[in-house]
Order: sequence, then C-alpha cells, then structure tokens
Amino acid sequence: MASIPGTAPQAADQSMIEFRGVHKWYGDFHVLKDINLVVRRGERVVVCGPSGSGKSTMIRCINRLEEHQKGQILVDGIELTSDAKHVEAIRREVGMVFQQFNLFPHLTVLENLTLAPIWVRKMPKKEAEELAMQLLARVKIPEQAKKYPGQLSGGQQQRVAIARSLCMRPQVMLFDEPTSALDPEMIKEVLDVMIELAQEGMTMICVTHEMGFARTVADSMIFMDGGQIVEVAPPKEFFANPKNDRTKLFLSQILSH
Amino acid sequence: MADLAQMQGRPLEHAPLRAWQWARTHLFNGVLNTILTLLIVYAFFRIVVPVVEWALVDATWSAESDRACEAAGGACWAFLESWGRFIIFGRFPYAEQWRPALVLVLFVAMLAVSARPGVRGRTLLAIWIGGLVAVGALMWGGFLGMPYVETELWNGLPLTLILALGGVGFAFPIGIVAALGRRSKLPAIRWLSVAYIELIRGVPLITLLFMASLMVPLFLPTGVGIAKLWRAEIGFALFFGAYLAEAVRGGLQAISRGQYEAADALGLGYWRKIYFVILPQALAISIPSIVNLFIGAFKDTTLITIVGIFDVLQDANTGLNDPAWRHAYVEAYATIGMIFFAFCYFMSRYSQYLERRLRRTGTGPRRK
Repeated sequence: MASIPGTAPQAADQSMIEFRGVHKWYGDFHVLKDINLVVRRGERVVVCGPSGSGKSTMIRCINRLEEHQKGQILVDGIELTSDAKHVEAIRREVGMVFQQFNLFPHLTVLENLTLAPIWVRKMPKKEAEELAMQLLARVKIPEQAKKYPGQLSGGQQQRVAIARSLCMRPQVMLFDEPTSALDPEMIKEVLDVMIELAQEGMTMICVTHEMGFARTVADSMIFMDGGQIVEVAPPKEFFANPKNDRTKLFLSQILSH
Repeated sequence: MADLAQMQGRPLEHAPLRAWQWARTHLFNGVLNTILTLLIVYAFFRIVVPVVEWALVDATWSAESDRACEAAGGACWAFLESWGRFIIFGRFPYAEQWRPALVLVLFVAMLAVSARPGVRGRTLLAIWIGGLVAVGALMWGGFLGMPYVETELWNGLPLTLILALGGVGFAFPIGIVAALGRRSKLPAIRWLSVAYIELIRGVPLITLLFMASLMVPLFLPTGVGIAKLWRAEIGFALFFGAYLAEAVRGGLQAISRGQYEAADALGLGYWRKIYFVILPQALAISIPSIVNLFIGAFKDTTLITIVGIFDVLQDANTGLNDPAWRHAYVEAYATIGMIFFAFCYFMSRYSQYLERRLRRTGTGPRRK
C-alpha cells in the first residue's frame, strides 16, 4: 500500500513515485504542506478530500504541470528538477487524464492518439496507428477513429483521452477527477475502462469522488485536507473505521447521499 | 414559379398578379419602405445606368489620344491600348516581357495550388520555394539566352505581387516568433519581442520605407549593396510582422490552458507542442484578422512609389504623364482599382471558405 516513509516498510527498488517532504506555495498560500508518500509499482491509489485540499495540485506535481518549491519528488528513480531533460523523460512515462478531457479538437481521434508516439517515441506511423486501433478497441470505440473529438459524447471523449495516454505506453497513469465533468449516464463507461486498466496491473493514482470505484480497485486510500495528507489506509479500513475526525466528517458527507 | 403554380392547380395568368402581391408585401408595405424603394429605383437610374453607359455603351476602345475619345463622351479605354502593357510590366525590356508575364501566371498557379485543401506542410513549402526560385530566375535572367535584368527594371504588377507575397511571406514567420516571444517565460526574449512589436507599430510605414531606402545604406560597409527593392521588402516584412504578431497573439490567448497541459503531459516538448497543437488552433482562430492584415498589406504596397520603385500604380501615373492621355485618369485609376479589387476579393472569399472548412472539422472560430 501507499505509505508514509518511516511508518511502513519501504522497498526503495519497488517505489514508482516518491514524495519527500514536498511543499508548494501559490504566492503566500501554502497549498501542499510536507507531503511524504511512496507509491509502489502496480499499486492503485485513490486520493480524496474536500475541494481546495490540494489533491489535484499534488498529482499535477508528479508530471510537473505544477512546480514544488521544497522537498523532492522522484518518479521511477529520476528526480524532478527544473532540468527540462528530466521533466520530459518523466512525462514520457507518466500518462495523465484530465477532468476536461483536453483532446486536441483539430485532430481526428486517431491523430490524437498517434501524435505523441510518433514524435516523442519515434514510433513508425503504421505501428503507432495499429497500437492506437488496439487501444481504441480496448476502450470500446474503434469505430470513432476517423471522427473529430467535437463529434463525440463526453464519455467517449474521456475514453479517447485515456487511450491517448496509454498510447505512450506509460508506467503510471494519473487521473485528475476524470468523471467530474461527465453526465451521470456516462460515468460508468469511463469507470469500467479504468477498472479494467487497474486489473491489468497499471500503476494508477486517481483523484476522484467515486467511492464505489475506490472500493473496487484501490490498494490504498489517501485523504487530504488543507494541503496535508491526513490519512492513508487500505479501503476496507478507510471506509469502515476512519481514524481522523476530518476523514470521518468528509466520508459522512460524501457517503450520505 | 410557373411550374409551381401549375402543380398547385392555379392558372398561369396569375403569375404577374402574384409578382405584384409580392412587391406590395416586400417593397411597398408602409410609407418608409415605399419611399426607400422609390429612392433606390431613382438612384439606380441616376448612377448605375450612366456608369454602364459611360463604361461600355459610349466607350472608345481605340484611339490616338484622349481628345479623340471626347466626341463619343464615354470612357476612353483606348488609353489602355497604348499604356496597358506598360502599366502591367513597366520598364521591363519590351522584348523580354514574356518573362514577367510568365511570372504572373506562375504566381496565380501557386496561389491556386496552395488554396487546395489537401496541400499543406512540406508540399506547400516545396511549391513556394520552387516557385520563388523560378520567379527569381525568370525576372533576373542572365542564362539560357535570357538577358540579365536588374531589379530597378522590375516594375508593375509582378513587382506588386513580389512585394506583397514576399513581404507577407517573411512577415509570417517573424510574426509567429514575435507572438510566441511575447508570451515567453524568459524575460530577455519577452522584452525583445515587445520592443520589436511596439517600436515598429509606433512608426508609420512610410517612415520605415524611407529608412530602409535612405538610412540603411549609410550603415552598410562600403561595397556591400542591397538592392533598394530588397531593402523595401525587408521594411514591409518587419512592418507587417509586428501587426501579424498581435493578430496571432490574439489567437494564442484563446487557446485553453488544458491544451497546453495535455501536450505537456504527453511529453511533446515546447516546439512540437506549439507546432502540432497550439499554432494550428491559434491560426485558425486568427484567420479573419490575418486576412484583414493581408488585404491591407497588399494595398499598402502602393506606398512603395515614394521611394522611387515603380509598382503598378506608379506605372499608371507614368502613362498619365503622356501629353496624349492627360485626361484619362479616371480610366487609369479605375483599372488599378479593379486589379486590386480582384486580388483582395479573392483573399476575402478564400478566408471565408477556410473558416467554413475549419469549422466543419471542429477547429477554428465556432458559431456561437
């Protein structure tokens, strides 16, 4: 399970992502306060917490969409610094799915998928297209390959976004509230794809309020509040027996409806 | 309409009646509309009819001088019989004028090919580099029995097109780089871009052209001469580059942060992100303002006459200096006007077509 170093046995060679005393400020606002966390290879972590608690900011630090000001972040043993080479090397290995999908509207679905593999991974075009078609089949929309994102439903767009990330063959997938912008009837089709991905052994960090999904796939739950990691626990324990008062309050609010 | 009336089982004789009813509901419904309709009919007979009579019915197509046209009372297109060829080609050696004529054909062909939807990227670049090399070879000559012609003698319409297309062609990369530079995180690059844009935009084009033609030679080491035409061309490119930068920046600002982040998260890196993701969308959004600039730039090439370069407008003025045709100025300027209108109208229509096409694929300005 994800662990706070020192409080749980730690296998350094197994660690995929490691936060060591990470702090981040927006001006005077202290968004991340002393984050310590280890995510092992193949582990599925779900991060939850009230809005403004710093959960999105935390996972966006992993591929440096946000910069941290203090502490260390290691991804697959490489430290994230302002060195552009390190940043690009890490971004190649870390896929990210956004709340707003962020597909490229001027490219077809297939071109969205193959752009990065061809130009970053230097994959031959034909190979990239074959891989893209396989992945589109996996997210169950191979028939949409020639369409533009604007012609797809929200759920379909998010599945394309997942396939686009997978097309880079990443070692880790980050999900930043992937179902929050979707109509209720489309949430399931996206979660199904994510569950399948989890069952295949992908290392995943998901920021989500879908607690059913968390129960099904998470190896560990992280609760954040006020820029801090308040509680880390396996889902059974987390839901049945939360230790921190703030966790209890949050869970009672989110599970009551 | 007749078919429709028959199909609906109505007798044909009613068609004029229905036309009258249509006119009553559309043209004469109310006092104001009746007055407006009558005014327009009056204006048509006072303006359009005389213009057509002047330009076509009473026109003289062949004569020795403008005095010979006066009897007919119409337009004196005979002026073009004597001076038309000079207006298009200027002082380019008469026997060699097939070369600039071929250049005009080449330019039109290049524009037509570039306007086709399937052509882009490397093909487009190859067409333009190849095309411009051919244009240069034809204009300069000096091989295959074609006598060398210096740029001083490149006049008229080919010169206007070289100035406009060359100026805009070089302004485009300058503008894009300056627009990106203005948004750069590196202060030195940002300040440099802002300084360039603001400095150039704060100066009239005429000043810039004067500086290019009079001041630049003072700073060049002796023996190094750049033909006046190229100095003017550089002046144009710098001028329109600054305006283009602002048009492109407008497009860049319209791209959501999510697009940048998605490209970053895929590890595309700065230049690939800009080239594949950001610019295609930003340029599509800026099309109306870019075309607007291009149309302005094309017409502003006529300012080149003040530094003594003979473009198509200056050639027409030369013709009017001929004592035999001193009164043909309406015909001369109408001709120049029509030439410029034809090109500007093409640009305008092409931009509308581009917008429609990009909207169809989901890029570009969307109908709200």
